[in-house]
Amino acid sequence: MKKLLAAMSAIGLGLLTSTTPSVAADTKACFVYVGPIGDFGWSYQHDQGRLAVEKELGVETAYQESVPEGADAERAIERFARSGCNIIFTTSFGYMEPTNKVAKKFPDVKFEHATGFKRESENVSTYSSKFYQGRYIQGMIAAKESKTGVAGYIASFPIPEVVRGINAFILGAQTVNPDFKLKVVWVNTWFDPGKEADAANTLVAQGVDILTQHTDSTAAMQVAQEKGIKAFGQASDMYNFGKDVQLTAIIDDWAPYYVERVKAVMDGTWKQQDVWHGLDHGSVAMAPYWNMQFETAAAAKALEQSITVGRIEPFTGPITKQDGTEWLKEGEKADIGTMLGMNFYVKGVDDQLPQ
Amino acid sequence: MGLFEAILLTVFTAATPLLIAALGELVTERSGVLNLGVEGMMIMGAISGFAFSIYTGNAYLGVVGAIVVGGLFSLLFAFLTISLVTNQVATGLALTILGLGLSGLWGEAFIGIPGVKLAPIVIPVLSDIPFIGKLFFAQDIIFYFSLILLLGVSWFLFKSRAGLVLRAVGDSHDSAHALGLSVVRTRYLAVMFGGACSGLAGAHLSLVYTTQWIENMTAGRGWIALALVVFASWRPNRVLIGAYLFGAVGIAQLHIQALGFKIPTQFLSALPYLATIVVLVIISQNRRLTMMNTPASLGKGFVPDR
Repeated sequence: MKKLLAAMSAIGLGLLTSTTPSVAADTKACFVYVGPIGDFGWSYQHDQGRLAVEKELGVETAYQESVPEGADAERAIERFARSGCNIIFTTSFGYMEPTNKVAKKFPDVKFEHATGFKRESENVSTYSSKFYQGRYIQGMIAAKESKTGVAGYIASFPIPEVVRGINAFILGAQTVNPDFKLKVVWVNTWFDPGKEADAANTLVAQGVDILTQHTDSTAAMQVAQEKGIKAFGQASDMYNFGKDVQLTAIIDDWAPYYVERVKAVMDGTWKQQDVWHGLDHGSVAMAPYWNMQFETAAAAKALEQSITVGRIEPFTGPITKQDGTEWLKEGEKADIGTMLGMNFYVKGVDDQLPQ
Repeated sequence: MGLFEAILLTVFTAATPLLIAALGELVTERSGVLNLGVEGMMIMGAISGFAFSIYTGNAYLGVVGAIVVGGLFSLLFAFLTISLVTNQVATGLALTILGLGLSGLWGEAFIGIPGVKLAPIVIPVLSDIPFIGKLFFAQDIIFYFSLILLLGVSWFLFKSRAGLVLRAVGDSHDSAHALGLSVVRTRYLAVMFGGACSGLAGAHLSLVYTTQWIENMTAGRGWIALALVVFASWRPNRVLIGAYLFGAVGIAQLHIQALGFKIPTQFLSALPYLATIVVLVIISQNRRLTMMNTPASLGKGFVPDR
């Protein structure tokens, strides 16, 4: 009996090893998501990147979705590190501390943290995309298309990434209408379709005629479609949910970066870095300009082009902070440290930043 | 439409799924069974409501599908906890996890597809009454049903013989058994009623609240419904108050923000939960009243001695 078992397990093992691709057998890429991959927004786009890694490099991947930011994240990341992952992508700002903490314990595993700024050990890289470039274009479109002169902004958490988006949006709007108003509602969650819809309804009831969101689901776009209010998609092209109202959407494309970094691990060329690509690298893309006047669409395209080639940088002076103090002088560009740690509003935002 | 009216409309939408799911759970708990799987049954209702409305192109068939699937899904829980007398807390948690996983699997094909909205039923004449017309007489069928359900559950529990049997089973299953009442049958039916209600509440999410399928779209509403039952100290009318209070505070905080009041948003987000705690503290002051309403056999497995 024992012999039979031993023989069977030997066959089993043989089968297991023979089915794994030989080249990529020793590389495993793992992903931690803050929402479900079916959110059709932020986490969905990251997972598209993971699928691209699988397809192009043939490596084994693993993911865990809906991991809360905080202590649970640390457990999830550590479990991945122990289970033989060679590179772990942690895809939300709130994973910053847990990622760095786990990275210290596992010096041989590479860690890639999205949208953060802390790299406490050699095996931690950070990467992000300049979504604010898209938000600047959206602000410009909003100011041209809005009749009430007030846009609504559904915000998640007061972190630099979100604050930067709000600032870029209002700066873009001010290029058209210096008195443009922005109503900000914080829902304190990345993902709760019901609450996002509530926030959208709230803003519409209070007279905004353009909706923007920095939350992860398509709920707000659907409210916009129902109420006939123009809106911007977030992370994915949400055209299907707002056929008559989506002006454009910022699309995150993580696939090129993920493929490049996993490949670097396979080749042994992985080095710590801090990457911040934008429209120029295609990691940020704009969905087609739709449901707007021809003239606005043309202006948006021109602006997109200018930002792509670097002729226009949204955070260029003169810019005054919300409290009236000067931030950037005429022609001065924001330094990267201030950009990544942005914790103040610029003039024109009608909201108090939660601290 | 005035601002106040718009606010109330959103409150009604937010409160309806909570009310329905909590009423269902209330009946289940009154029979002595604690089903912590509300979140799981609700998400199963959300996906089946969405799926059936897409398959058939008819949102009403989606609603029926959600009720049936919710009921069938809870049957699994009933079999385990009532027939096999497993631990109710653990089984309920397992049901939630199973529901979240299963719905994600089934829903994969529906990601990114707009759904079929359950159209409001506008009652002529009545809906023209200023202010309350739009609120009460131009809503979807699930909203109307939630109010009928409230009256029905109140009547059933306290005015009907079957309701008396159900409460007897929940208070002391041994005595009820000795009297010749069928504990097992009563509990099976009560659990399935709870499941059907949770399913309907889920359908409200995917067919009315946000007409689309998104994984995890219940986002904890099942747990809130569970808390509402305790909040209401197992009285149907108080479930109504609780659900609308919770909905109202949640919506009001968004409006307060949009109006530009300078109150920390983290505090505002916590308000619905703070309100719940305050009310719970007030209610629990009167211990005798709480004891009187709590089903005495709640959460205890029943093994007939003969």
